[in-house]
Amino acid sequence: MIVDDSMLIRKKIERECDQRQFNVVGTAEDGAAAISLFKKVSPDVVTMDLTMPHLDGIECIKGLVKLQPKVRILVISALNDKATGIKALEKGAMGFVTKPFSGQELQSALGEIIDDDV
Amino acid sequence: MKEEKLKIFIDSIVQYFHHTSEPNVKVGSPFLIKRIEEVSADYTGSITISGAYQGACHFTAPSALLRHLILSVGESDTSEPMMQDAVGEVANTLSGNARRELGKQFIISTPRVFKGPPSDLNKQENSRIYAIPINWKSYKATLGIHLN
Repeated sequence: MIVDDSMLIRKKIERECDQRQFNVVGTAEDGAAAISLFKKVSPDVVTMDLTMPHLDGIECIKGLVKLQPKVRILVISALNDKATGIKALEKGAMGFVTKPFSGQELQSALGEIIDDDV
Repeated sequence: MKEEKLKIFIDSIVQYFHHTSEPNVKVGSPFLIKRIEEVSADYTGSITISGAYQGACHFTAPSALLRHLILSVGESDTSEPMMQDAVGEVANTLSGNARRELGKQFIISTPRVFKGPPSDLNKQENSRIYAIPINWKSYKATLGIHLN
């Protein structure tokens, strides 16, 4: 499942997932929509933007972890300071990719969290 | 605003375009303008800054640049909604990347996107702006920074 308020980024992530033959079960453009969608599609992995309207990424991560503690979340954000990365990991994210990102960086990060034993 | 802070944004611009299929970008010398409208192109993405800093970041670009930028990241849809999305996303990325140096108290909003000259900007977001010229391929864009 892909969560990002940018259509350009959602489509870029979708293309990279297709290349790795990951099935994208849904996309959401803000944190509130992501929580609703998550309940319907129960994804194995979520890519999560942080700066979004309605409900930001950190609050959304907290909500998703509450619903499914073993959810694998990869944060993809332009917020590249250390404190934000640490906070996202503390709330339950398993990885962090900084925007702008290459297809290779994304595929590598997705591969790591999918291969990781929870 | 001190020169070293402008360098943070210049580095963000270079880094951003390095992730496109055509990484050569030239960044010109920053100059002061009174309002972002002085340099605004077809579309502008504006980010409000709060926290330890107050102000705004504006990325303004012509539609031709945005179309080419969209194609250069592998997307074939160059419709108007996609161009508006792209200008907002570039503004978000360039300002978000400044947090590496400016820290978590450099708080950024979600982007507001304007077609044509930006409207509804308050005085704090639209006064004494450093305009950083960006030359990518044959196109010209500007990153406008106002920070207190």
